[in-house]
Amino acid sequence: MAADTVNRYGSHHRVALALLLAPALVWLVGLIVLPHLELAVISFRARVAPRVYELSLDQYRTFVDEPLYWHTFVRTAVMSILATACTLAIAFPAAWYIAKIARGRTKAKLFVLCLIPFWISEAVRTLGWMILLRESGVLPRLLVQLGVTDAPVELLYHDATILVGLVYTSLLFMMVPLVSALESLDDSLIEAAYDLGGNGWSIFRQIIVPHAAPGIAAGSIVVFMLTLGNYLTPTLLGGKNSLWFTEQIYTQFITRFNWEQGAAFGFLLLVLSTAIVWLGLAVSGQRLGDVLRRS
Amino acid sequence: MQPDLEVDRVTKRYAGLLAVDALSLSVDRGSFFSILGPSGCGKTTLLRLIAGFLMPDEGDVRIGGHSMRGVPPNRRLVNMVFQHLALFPMMSVGENVGYGLARRGIGRSEIAARVAAMLKRVGLPGAHDKRVDQLSGGQRQRVAIARSLVLEPTLLLLDEPLGALDLKLREHMKIELKQLQADFGTTCVYITHDQSEALVLSDRVAVMNAGRFEQIGSPQELYYEPRTPFVAGFVGANNRLLGRALRIDGDVVEIATGAGLTVRARKHGDIVVDQPVEAFARPEAFDLSRDAAELPPGAQRFAGRVESLLFDGANSAVLVREARSRAEIRIALPQTGRFADLAVGETIAFGVEPARAACFAARSDGS
Repeated sequence: MAADTVNRYGSHHRVALALLLAPALVWLVGLIVLPHLELAVISFRARVAPRVYELSLDQYRTFVDEPLYWHTFVRTAVMSILATACTLAIAFPAAWYIAKIARGRTKAKLFVLCLIPFWISEAVRTLGWMILLRESGVLPRLLVQLGVTDAPVELLYHDATILVGLVYTSLLFMMVPLVSALESLDDSLIEAAYDLGGNGWSIFRQIIVPHAAPGIAAGSIVVFMLTLGNYLTPTLLGGKNSLWFTEQIYTQFITRFNWEQGAAFGFLLLVLSTAIVWLGLAVSGQRLGDVLRRS
Repeated sequence: MQPDLEVDRVTKRYAGLLAVDALSLSVDRGSFFSILGPSGCGKTTLLRLIAGFLMPDEGDVRIGGHSMRGVPPNRRLVNMVFQHLALFPMMSVGENVGYGLARRGIGRSEIAARVAAMLKRVGLPGAHDKRVDQLSGGQRQRVAIARSLVLEPTLLLLDEPLGALDLKLREHMKIELKQLQADFGTTCVYITHDQSEALVLSDRVAVMNAGRFEQIGSPQELYYEPRTPFVAGFVGANNRLLGRALRIDGDVVEIATGAGLTVRARKHGDIVVDQPVEAFARPEAFDLSRDAAELPPGAQRFAGRVESLLFDGANSAVLVREARSRAEIRIALPQTGRFADLAVGETIAFGVEPARAACFAARSDGS
């Protein structure tokens, strides 16, 4: 009798849990897992005749054989890592200021200041950069007026320009986890380390960074993935020189209508981001669970 | 002998407000000095001035005879046990204790040996590889103390380190801390708002109020011979009576309280007739008797009704309402068990010798 009650209660419990999870599961399976499975299937087939397909590795072979493709692939990865590192380097002091030095209203204002760029769409923001940086734009003219350069220089379409745009777009996503990680650091730990003979550098390395590590990892993962998958910023700021892998995917799907090749590229990008995130976590000794709780 | 710590007329202001007001103190080598005061009295500021987290606006702090002007905390031979201990959660127990040694550039094997020896001395042998969150409150306390003592500081500062512990553990750690201090012989400065901690642990105590020291003395002096009404009211339980000086007879003042009670008490400081005064008599200064004739001959005698019984083992007391003035007085119950059957509503006689009550000129702020 008692066992019966427990069982009934248990099954009610399970139904309730299933209902609660249903929307998330529908979203996850329907919009993420299924399309990706479909992509995987498409990437492994070759068209031999109209509406006739067979299993093949042609798409992946093309990727390896064609230097442009894997060059772009490696370049995208390296630039993304670089952009993530730059974002971290710029965001850390700012996050430290917001978390530890600013008080009350100043703190809130500074946080809002970080948010303001996101009130404007990414396309408009990036076009704003173009107005500032193009040859006839604001900054080159200013440089001429100040006598730094003789003639207006083209500041667009450089790798550095792409990096600037990417860092600008990503800054907030690094700031939020960093500020929350640093805010939770007890000031007395820093004082204690200082009291025990620590100096600025050793406290940073042994107290602050280990404490903020999950926040650093969370911010870096988000920024890296956003950067790797970004399309608009590299394309607009880098022009034809941008050589960003998402452009290759876009070209295959939309321009060439080669869905098989596009699907293979999409899959390769997924593998790349997973591999680098995994590597980053392994190197820094972080666990994904801890990191996700931070972000 | 050169005192280990000398604070010389140190002043610190926050936005124009005096937090520490021209304080001076000196602490002898190997002694345990406490600063006792209510929260907001400036004791934490004083401790931070000594540790070097704050610089004095005026005056100087000398440690081991050297002026600490312009010396940052990491260059002072002073270590601090923080209020919430501030153990590094990202490090093991051994790394916590070895942190300061590593910062001094001592070799790895030497650090390991010293850390192991220190952990053994504080009763935590083998805790080296444990994480901080695996320790109990008392064990953390010991790690925090070990982390400071392993550096062999001239001076150990303790910022209410027992505040976060529950009562039972606090009592236990109080004794343990006293034993550790006796064992290591390190000069300690301890700040607390808990008078029992200060009285039990210290060789000397400074009672601090509003940025100044009210009195510096041994725990016994503070308890039996308070020099200011603040000390009388703050250290130990005390009955406080406000009134006017009726008559002054040598060093005994006769006081009339507003409610019409007349009490005689020993005079402290200058008091003139008709001046507002406050008198203090400790609960244990009273003699209690069911028969007024049994009270000591020199005592002033009163009678009252038992209002409530506050049974607390050795600290038991009764609240008695004096018959004529309706003043409520707290009286300690003698440990003999003679009054074990005392009941609420009973009428009882009580008395106090004038020498065991203290009379001060009333403070101008009226508090």
